[in-house]
Amino acid sequence: MTATWIAVLATAAGCYALKLAGLTVPPRLLARPRVRRFAELVPVALLAALAAVQSATNGHSIDLDPARLAGLGAALAALVLRAPFLLVVLVAAATAAALRAAGVA
Amino acid sequence: MSVQTAAPEQVRAARPVRDGIGLGLAVGISGIAFGAAAVGSGLTAWQACALSLLAFTGASQFALAGVVAAGGSLLAGTAGAIMLGSRNTLYGLRLAEVLRPRGPGRLLAALGVIDETTAMTLAQPDPAAGRKAFSATFCTLYLTWNLATLAGALGAGHVGSPQSFGLDVVGPAAFVALIYPRLRAGRMERAVALAAVTVALATSSVLPSGVPVILSSLAALGGALASPAAKVGPG
Repeated sequence: MTATWIAVLATAAGCYALKLAGLTVPPRLLARPRVRRFAELVPVALLAALAAVQSATNGHSIDLDPARLAGLGAALAALVLRAPFLLVVLVAAATAAALRAAGVA
Repeated sequence: MSVQTAAPEQVRAARPVRDGIGLGLAVGISGIAFGAAAVGSGLTAWQACALSLLAFTGASQFALAGVVAAGGSLLAGTAGAIMLGSRNTLYGLRLAEVLRPRGPGRLLAALGVIDETTAMTLAQPDPAAGRKAFSATFCTLYLTWNLATLAGALGAGHVGSPQSFGLDVVGPAAFVALIYPRLRAGRMERAVALAAVTVALATSSVLPSGVPVILSSLAALGGALASPAAKVGPG
């Protein structure tokens, strides 16, 4: 087995173990109010940060791509207008695609 | 698309199955980009597919491919890729309560604990809808991501870049849409989200890719410590 295969399988095993660890945490621990509050808030923090990093960086530095930001702005507008979920996502992608087709960024 | 009326003050809840399938398809397509990037980095098509089948978490997969491409230390690269998977542990803390998985079901459910399934599950109004959302999103995304990885590894990436279809905006738009009701409902949620975004963006140019997002969980820690101890949030 090559070193690369070992790295691939070790990464897979490690990622899976980390996923399982979260699901396996004892309910008694989650019954503590502060732990519970942390567990409730952590997806909000991570998903907000992820959305920001994916839309305003290229993974290494701040990168303000006009089409991408316009797509996100369109999604926010659709949300405020109470559009259903799939429409919000569609509006975002279509806005970015249309701007790129038109030669913006 | 059906037109439905909601109470004026109420934010529209995500539909568990329909929205889960839609999100799974839209995000899963990006597997083409992973397959193409992995093979371009020097991984074989089989190795790319093994990562998508078994690791099934995009950030870690891209990280390992990046290390292979750069010819860096595989040991450090593997450790880094695994570390990026730790945000799924944090998701699991919250999902455990909604999914309540047992026995072999837990082993299967664990594979599906990622950003998209968490966002869709926690956007549901009750645990039953949450479980449906998890299953719909997980199944669709798993199938699409793996087929797309294979297609990308075999050269389908030449058809067109995901960006020309605006697919790079799908993730951010979906995450914002799914946490939006929570942001509207809670002052602490808004403060935590704002702090998390600030931490992630401020550190994005100095820390390795993926780390700023994990670091942003400190905002949730701060929020939990600042919350009244007796307060128990709604399920």
